[in-house]
Amino acid sequence: MSNPVCLPGEPRVDLPQARAHGLSPDEFRNIERILGRTPTFTELGVFSVMWSEHCSYKSSRKYLRTLPSRSELVVQGPGENAGAIDVGDGWVAVFKIESHNHPSYVEPYQGAATGVGGILRDIFTMGARPVASMDSLKFGSFDHPRTRYLVGGVVGGIGGYGNCVGVPTVAGEVMFDASYNGNILVNAFCLGLARSGELMSARASGAGNPVLYVGSATGRDGIHGASLLASAEFDAESESKRPTVQVGDPFTEKLLIEACLEAGRTGAIVAIQDMGAAGLTSSSSEMAARGAVGIDLDLDKVPLREQNLTPYEILLSESQERMLIVAQRGRERELQAIFEKWDLHAVVVGEIIAEPRWRARWRGQMVADIPVGALADEAPVYDRPARPADSRPRGIACAPVRQMAAPEAFKALLENPNIASKRWVFRQYDSIVQGNTVSGPGPGDAAVLRLKHSRRALAIKVDSNPRACALDPYLGAIATVVEAARNVACTGARPVGITNCLNYGNPERPEIMWQFAEGVRGLGDAARALGTPVVSGNVSFYNETEGRAILPTPTIAVVGVMPDAARRVASFFKNPGDAILIARTNPPRLAASEYAAMFGASDEQLAPIDLNREAALVDALVGAAEAGLIRSAHDVAEGGLAVAIAEACFNPDGVVGAEADLAALGLTSTSELFGEGASTVVFSAATGDVEQVTRLFGSRGIDCRTIGKVTAEARLRLMPIIDEDVRALRDKYEEALPGRLAAND
Amino acid sequence: MKWGVVRFPGSLDDNDSLWALNEVMGQEAAILWHKDTSLQGARCVLLPGGFSYGDYLRCGAIARFSPIMESVAKFAADGGLVIGTCNGFQVLCEAHLLPGVLTRNRTLSFICDRVHVRVENARTPFTRAMRQGEVLTLPIKHGEGRYVAPESELRQMEERGQILLRYVDAEGRETDDANPNGAMHAIAGVANDRFNVFGLMPHPEHAVEAMLGGEDGLKIFRSIVESAG
Repeated sequence: MSNPVCLPGEPRVDLPQARAHGLSPDEFRNIERILGRTPTFTELGVFSVMWSEHCSYKSSRKYLRTLPSRSELVVQGPGENAGAIDVGDGWVAVFKIESHNHPSYVEPYQGAATGVGGILRDIFTMGARPVASMDSLKFGSFDHPRTRYLVGGVVGGIGGYGNCVGVPTVAGEVMFDASYNGNILVNAFCLGLARSGELMSARASGAGNPVLYVGSATGRDGIHGASLLASAEFDAESESKRPTVQVGDPFTEKLLIEACLEAGRTGAIVAIQDMGAAGLTSSSSEMAARGAVGIDLDLDKVPLREQNLTPYEILLSESQERMLIVAQRGRERELQAIFEKWDLHAVVVGEIIAEPRWRARWRGQMVADIPVGALADEAPVYDRPARPADSRPRGIACAPVRQMAAPEAFKALLENPNIASKRWVFRQYDSIVQGNTVSGPGPGDAAVLRLKHSRRALAIKVDSNPRACALDPYLGAIATVVEAARNVACTGARPVGITNCLNYGNPERPEIMWQFAEGVRGLGDAARALGTPVVSGNVSFYNETEGRAILPTPTIAVVGVMPDAARRVASFFKNPGDAILIARTNPPRLAASEYAAMFGASDEQLAPIDLNREAALVDALVGAAEAGLIRSAHDVAEGGLAVAIAEACFNPDGVVGAEADLAALGLTSTSELFGEGASTVVFSAATGDVEQVTRLFGSRGIDCRTIGKVTAEARLRLMPIIDEDVRALRDKYEEALPGRLAAND
Repeated sequence: MKWGVVRFPGSLDDNDSLWALNEVMGQEAAILWHKDTSLQGARCVLLPGGFSYGDYLRCGAIARFSPIMESVAKFAADGGLVIGTCNGFQVLCEAHLLPGVLTRNRTLSFICDRVHVRVENARTPFTRAMRQGEVLTLPIKHGEGRYVAPESELRQMEERGQILLRYVDAEGRETDDANPNGAMHAIAGVANDRFNVFGLMPHPEHAVEAMLGGEDGLKIFRSIVESAG
């Protein structure tokens, strides 16, 4: 076979051109060695996206291999488009979280919208119907001129896409911190459900099998989104990268979901993958590589939005709402009929070949001919230098220490946008479509979704703890995992699986690589201790602007299962007269707390974490829920114990009060009131159950004690420090975020 | 009783409507594909919520031209019962089977929440299982639910009792805060002047199970079954 040709008018391929594509000189020489010749311009483009950090995981792969990914419930671990866990009664939960950070900073509405669209496709390409979304959002401080614009755009984009595609957004988190001023984070999670044994694969096979292109036509949008936008840090020119952001069409995505799931039921699909980052190139080469086969693409067949796209553009376009399917030979018409019914393109654009080559033809000429492995498994893997920074980590917001009266600090914390109600955000999301949302956004430590035709329910939660990770990236990552697991356990569900989105700065800097390495080590250790395998994930590097990195932010989503939805536990107090208890593994500290960010603190170290005790606390919560011994359970998170008790009083069906004599309990110090990082749960139980529940926690080595009781009078009395009207507190808590967003300061 | 639930491209609450009718209420509901014309013997046709055709033009503006809508219009003209929730309400207005139009919420944002609506006329096929003045708790989720019609027309509709549901607070009082989208006359649901076509922004199909936050939606479906079953 003759070599592929360079086309008239194409730029000359040389080292400067390769560098402009984000490839290093070594990588360019490696490409020439693999091909035995200089690549064509089209091939250079293909290598540049497939060897980009975003697609190849070249800096992270060495570490990700160390994560635990097996358990008796894992149906699919890392390696496919998403992980899958058996959740019982014939259902498999397929889930993953992914970042869309840089696009969302450059163009917030479309960036966030297409982030949602992309993660949905990763789920339904597995043959699972997407049933729930969550988002972890990090914005800069309110002092930054871009923050309000970005919040409005991102929330609008998530809602605009998610609402229209009919997948409920059921939980999430929002944080504001100056370290994200120049680089926000938008991490989108999706969970889908499939019947056991009906998952689809992205492993191509069978020489002669046709390759179908389905969905939207290809345009010029998003070219080099993966390489130049996602795999480089930001600078003053980043605004000019707006054209690399894709534009979402949730209506087409909805049709694509229905058509793909219907097509999947025919059994005529051999393999299917979304054309996400690096579009047609990545989907075709990754499916071929997994099956150790080749693929031959005829680019003239690809549906185009405009004429005169070059092969380079067709292959690198990141136009949204497109999928690539390997069909059983002879059954392509059957599949095409389904897509036509849904008014979608479905065109044969190539075929599987036995020889493991990735080939593309255009107007009768070969324009690319590359060994498949070179684009996938044989992409570069780096062992980059990693060492801690010499000085105290920069960028942790920590005010100078000042004396603050506890009652004032408490009210200020309730109005802190990182603590206050996020209702302004989630009210813009459809959280109930599909009719499974037992507990949606708002009160509740995790969302609870019932499984239809089953008594079971799932609980899902996404968490992060970047300030703790900045102080200690290892302990911070552990704290994040155990917090997410505890949130899930507070509902009564047992955590069964994890997905993660690891957001860090530039991995070419040793101190960032060290943060990452420590983060993955913490994630792995925590996941092993809790018995929750990491079944999918995503890495986002280069979250920096002009050399300033974000706080290290591993975002962790945990999925849990409860055997009986009727046994779910709410986060808020329900019955006046019930006892209020706390269970915890550690005394709290002010290090990395919201209190420290606002008023300063002298703690500079996180408390050590005993993973066995963390696992025991999770186990005790699940056991207490299953035994029906607790009426509510709420994790103590941002703001500490006082805030957690106040939140538990905000029962949406009618507020209640709480009283506790903190002086008698020795809980009046600032760190006891507002400290974090202690793995503490505030829960309530009928007085007759107190002895039994205390014994249940104690038998697992968890310190558990009664601190007060729930009252009918809506007053929060944490004596002798706090004595406030609960309704007034709730109003502050509810009105703080809309107030900050509307203000023109 | 036989129901037909129309599926437009972009319909979202079609499966939830089927679930409410078939699994929760034991009815016989089937999907009516938008490209078909047969109503398959349905005694009541339900147009579900969603974003038909993406709603990139005006909401419901394209769906009204679907082949199934000709049959629905004929069915309504013959006195058949038709109910449209959310996007289905928008389609019914665009198809001129109901008066008025639905415009962007006054907040200019999508709103997903639980609201209270008061039954303003309990003598219709859609409300007969309820008491006059009864307050229901139902979810809403829409970006364009602000009901608008000429004041003269609204006056006539009020006189004829065509306003079936109005946004109120938990105690049944009309307040500005209780009107989530700024609808004129706080209108949440209206009927045509023959009282066989009903459109509402709230989602009764999402209020049929206590575990999911309430069962008030059942009262609307039960009214229809009593009327046509």
